[in-house]
Amino acid sequence: MGELVLAARGLSRQFGGLAANKDVSLDMHRGELHAVLGPNGAGKSTLINLLSGDLPPSGGQILYRGQDISGWSPDRRSRAGIGRSYQRTNIFPAFTAFENCRLAAQSRAPRALHVFSRAQNYDDLRSAADRALEQAGLAARRDVVAATLSHGEQRQLEIAMVLATAPSVLLLDEPLAGMGSEESQLMVSLLQKLSADHAILLVEHDMDAVFAVADVITVMVTGQVLESGPPDQIRSSLAVQEAYLGGGEPDDE
Amino acid sequence: MSAAIKTPRGALLATLLVLSIFPLFGSDYYSELLTKIMIMAIFAMSLDLLVGFTGLVSFGHAAFFGIAAYAVVLVSPQYDPSSLWLVLPAAVLAAAVAAFVIGLFVLRTKGIYFIMVTLAFAQMIYFVFHDSPLGGGSDGVFINFKPELRIGETQLLDLGNAAHFYYVVLLLLVATYVFLRILLRSPLGHALAGIKSNEHRMLSLGFPVFLYKLAGFVIAGALAGVAGFLSACQFGFVTPEILSWHQSGNVLLMVILGGMGTLNGAAIGAFAFVVLQEVFSALTKHWQFLMGTVIVLVVMLLPGGLSSLTQRVRRLLVGGGSNG
Repeated sequence: MGELVLAARGLSRQFGGLAANKDVSLDMHRGELHAVLGPNGAGKSTLINLLSGDLPPSGGQILYRGQDISGWSPDRRSRAGIGRSYQRTNIFPAFTAFENCRLAAQSRAPRALHVFSRAQNYDDLRSAADRALEQAGLAARRDVVAATLSHGEQRQLEIAMVLATAPSVLLLDEPLAGMGSEESQLMVSLLQKLSADHAILLVEHDMDAVFAVADVITVMVTGQVLESGPPDQIRSSLAVQEAYLGGGEPDDE
Repeated sequence: MSAAIKTPRGALLATLLVLSIFPLFGSDYYSELLTKIMIMAIFAMSLDLLVGFTGLVSFGHAAFFGIAAYAVVLVSPQYDPSSLWLVLPAAVLAAAVAAFVIGLFVLRTKGIYFIMVTLAFAQMIYFVFHDSPLGGGSDGVFINFKPELRIGETQLLDLGNAAHFYYVVLLLLVATYVFLRILLRSPLGHALAGIKSNEHRMLSLGFPVFLYKLAGFVIAGALAGVAGFLSACQFGFVTPEILSWHQSGNVLLMVILGGMGTLNGAAIGAFAFVVLQEVFSALTKHWQFLMGTVIVLVVMLLPGGLSSLTQRVRRLLVGGGSNG
């Protein structure tokens, strides 16, 4: 197992009287794909939002390489290497797929005040963008305006943009939702490849995919961790079966 | 980036040519009017950087225009012409510093709040000059001698000379336009476009969005300062009215009238606005009624502003028409 990269310690988040996350602790190691399962409303997206900084926690700590980053802004966390994708596609609709990724890559380059050079002339950013598109299977759609991409392709672009920022931690919120089966397969094999040298947190409804790629699975119910362990342990856990797998069909939105 | 707006070089060069030779043929009255239009075009383009390219609708842009104009007054000696080397940088710097300080506050707000807070700051500065003797109070103040450009003993330029002034304004207009074009395709320009498109995603990609917006705000303020400097030099008279909310509203209307986010549109809007103002006010003292009507019509019938009109016409002439 690789080094501990990102860790949640007793993390909680209140929305009014509702505890969306309550005392959630989990570890993310480099080289490990950590999947989070749970029915709708279990607090999976809230957890990702807390880790990425989109939401401030009501309590608890987030440790990144041993440092408490609970108070860091989302952009600072991103620059430190924590990349995330969104459940609802969150792209730059008027730009081409390439420019979406090129801009993402630009966030790594401290070139804000290079006012007199052309953004398109930086070869390193261009190749980072092309590499990300290639990885996400979008190379052929490079010059298409993002708004006119199909829904599935926009989901791929969502991932490509995160990859273009070369993160060491990936927080992926239902990356497979809305993808065709071919793209899903591509994405699953991409996740397997990436998990070799990244720490990945995957929130996903697709059970087959999750059990195929996950090294560790955490099951959440009503904002709390029910059980956490390797896939075999989760599969055979009575508590999980009772609370989630056995309790009728998992709600698939 | 969207490739929707592409002005042919030809139209730009033709405009430049006309502007370059106009004083040789046009009357003094029209040259002076054109000078005013070019100054307003610089002002409107500086606002377009915020409104059209960054998505920041500022309703207080006259503050920076006015601060630069007052800086000219405060820096100029009373009984001698001031040096252009000194006054222009001082005026632009004053506007930029004001934009930096105001930006630190207003850029923490968004949407309608941003509009209101920029307006509030501009009104505060209006009353500073209106109610204090700093710049002659509500009566305003004269600039007795226009700035001049000297090297040693020889006077190269005298901004009191209408022809000299015209070409200085033209030069600064071209410089502003070229600078903004270069900026818009730079990494900073692309980041600003990203902020306009999806600020939330820019944050999660790791852009320190606040700093980028502040950079854009300061640049826009400084360029508004260039226009304010020129305006003070043209009329030799500065009153608090140039930084009132009317002025902020007018420049916003110029940008909307011409078409936001095109740069050329801001210049076209400035041209149309000043000319219409001139024509309508000659017709009736209720010229603002006519102006209002035109603006309502343009907004309703031409959502892309006047600059989209030239594109529509071109499409008709070229016979394309198919891709609407």
